[in-house]
Amino acid sequence: MAGATTMHLGGNHAARFENKAATSETPLVKWTILAIALTFFTVFLLMPLIAVFVEAFRKGWETYVTALVDPDALSAIKLTLLAAAVSVPLNLVFGVAAAWAIAKFEFRGKQFLITLIDLPFSVSPVIAGLVFVLIFGAQGWFGSWLIDNDIKIIFAVPGIVLATVFVTFPFIARELIPLMQAQGKEEEEAAVVLGAKGWQVFWYVTLPNIKWGLMYGVILTNARAMGEFGAVSVVSGHIRGQTNTLPLHVEILYNEYMFSAAFAVASLLALLALVTLVIKNWVEHQAARSYRDTQESAS
Amino acid sequence: MSIQVKNIHKQFGAFTALDDITLDFPTGELVALLGPSGCGKTTLLRIIAGLEQADSGQVLLDGDDASSTHVRERQVGFVFQHYALFKHMTVFDNVAFGMRMKPRGQRPSEAKIKDKVHELLNLVQLDWLADRFPSQLSGGQRQRIALARALAVEPRVLLLDEPFGALDAKVRKELRRWLRKLHDELHITSIFVTHDQEEALEVADRVVLMDHGKVEQIGTPEEVYRHPATPFVYGFLGSVNFFHGRVEGEAVRVGDDTLPHEPHDFDHGAEVVAFARPHELDIDTDPASTAGIAARINRVLAFGVTARVELDGINGSSGQHFEVELTRERVSELGLKDGQAVRLVPSRLKVFEREGASA
Repeated sequence: MAGATTMHLGGNHAARFENKAATSETPLVKWTILAIALTFFTVFLLMPLIAVFVEAFRKGWETYVTALVDPDALSAIKLTLLAAAVSVPLNLVFGVAAAWAIAKFEFRGKQFLITLIDLPFSVSPVIAGLVFVLIFGAQGWFGSWLIDNDIKIIFAVPGIVLATVFVTFPFIARELIPLMQAQGKEEEEAAVVLGAKGWQVFWYVTLPNIKWGLMYGVILTNARAMGEFGAVSVVSGHIRGQTNTLPLHVEILYNEYMFSAAFAVASLLALLALVTLVIKNWVEHQAARSYRDTQESAS
Repeated sequence: MSIQVKNIHKQFGAFTALDDITLDFPTGELVALLGPSGCGKTTLLRIIAGLEQADSGQVLLDGDDASSTHVRERQVGFVFQHYALFKHMTVFDNVAFGMRMKPRGQRPSEAKIKDKVHELLNLVQLDWLADRFPSQLSGGQRQRIALARALAVEPRVLLLDEPFGALDAKVRKELRRWLRKLHDELHITSIFVTHDQEEALEVADRVVLMDHGKVEQIGTPEEVYRHPATPFVYGFLGSVNFFHGRVEGEAVRVGDDTLPHEPHDFDHGAEVVAFARPHELDIDTDPASTAGIAARINRVLAFGVTARVELDGINGSSGQHFEVELTRERVSELGLKDGQAVRLVPSRLKVFEREGASA
């Protein structure tokens, strides 16, 4: 993730390195490496992607469309969008706040906070789901209280949203912390000395400096929120038309031997991934450009 | 506006950055805080600005205690070593920033802001760069824009943190002269931090020398250069030769040799360090002479207006290096050769008691 801003920087250098006789490899080595990479790419990345679309359209357009406008599928789409719509803004606010605190201030327990932010990455999504069942489930800590007050979290929409938020927690913060640390706080200090208030400093100075990193984090968060399976699966209960997200719906269809429908819905997720990739690349390009400007102005 | 700091103390963990600093910066003066890196000068500047909090002590702006005043209400202009220009804004927007951030009631109209920005850009002679971004400017231009931006809010004091530190030697010299001229026009109370003694002596009305969180000496450039108060100041302002020795009557005994020295208030037998600048030493080639310090010529560098002679100490001061500055006529008159044994005779000697003499 942190590599996002550095990817486009080596371009010139690599070309020069490659073109010089003294530093370039023999054609044999070059082509062997290329062939290995391309084979791997085709077998493990391109083929599955093609397979999804081929399988989805195997029985023609009609089956494809029917699978997508099925009420259960529509409900799954809606729930997936809802989970993303809640977790992205929530993690946006949290991520910016956490990154701001960590990058611009010194305080006790900072390292602990950084480790804590990474927790959702290091823990298996299934465990993440189970944790929520243990806390909010019928036999969980707050179980009886929730039943008494007629609040449903596990096997209901709130549980799915909670699990999604948890799993996508680190993306934005992780993206912004190194960026903000690299930028230091001199510009913010300059703004304060010039009379800017806290929110003005954030809005006019900090935010413009991190906007591409932030966009990148949002895209990753969104992609994961829509694609999350493990944690959501544990808390969902698989109630059709109610607590199924798109990935869960795909699994159900597949288990019921409705392959074409399963792949049709899967193709929707794949399409989403492709769109995400395109936007991601564009954002990376912008980020690299603004990073280059920063480097120039720092030299 | 005058600035006073009283009994400022600042600690970073076990490191004492500022140790009971009391200073007075009178209205309208350009003062240099000079010292080696880590001496606390930047910390002091940041405390005056309000960017850093002192552990104890007071900052008085115009006689009023500013300790509880927020940075943005102190009305100080601050110029950072690395410019800290807003990268995503044009030069114009950078300079206009301070005015645009004012509360609605006090904010000037866009037309007024525009006039003011152009007036300031003219002042720093960069009006033609208004539409550029900071990344398109040279270092010297950036620092001048940073200065224009700081002046836009009409600060009562101007604080500059190593303003020329990131620039190359030629631009630095140019900007130095320019800053002095600008100060003569504006007469705004200014403090600038530097570790470059030449810069401090050339630009400032007064120089405050700091070392290890303490003030070593305050004075006009001439005072501190001519009459250094401590061995540190002597060593820090320009090249220097030093001799460790003991006071014996009207002389300082250094190893087997003696240096003549007017009677001073030193006890007989006191351990001292004697200082002499390169131009305050002469070379005596007479082998029969016993005055001064014995040394061997290592190299004669005769390319400048004056010639520099590098020598190694022999006898009591072996392992030490000396530097002597002579006119070229004097060098050819003496006919100095590499490896020749000579004697160094100081025309002027400044003697300090030994303790803490670390130069």
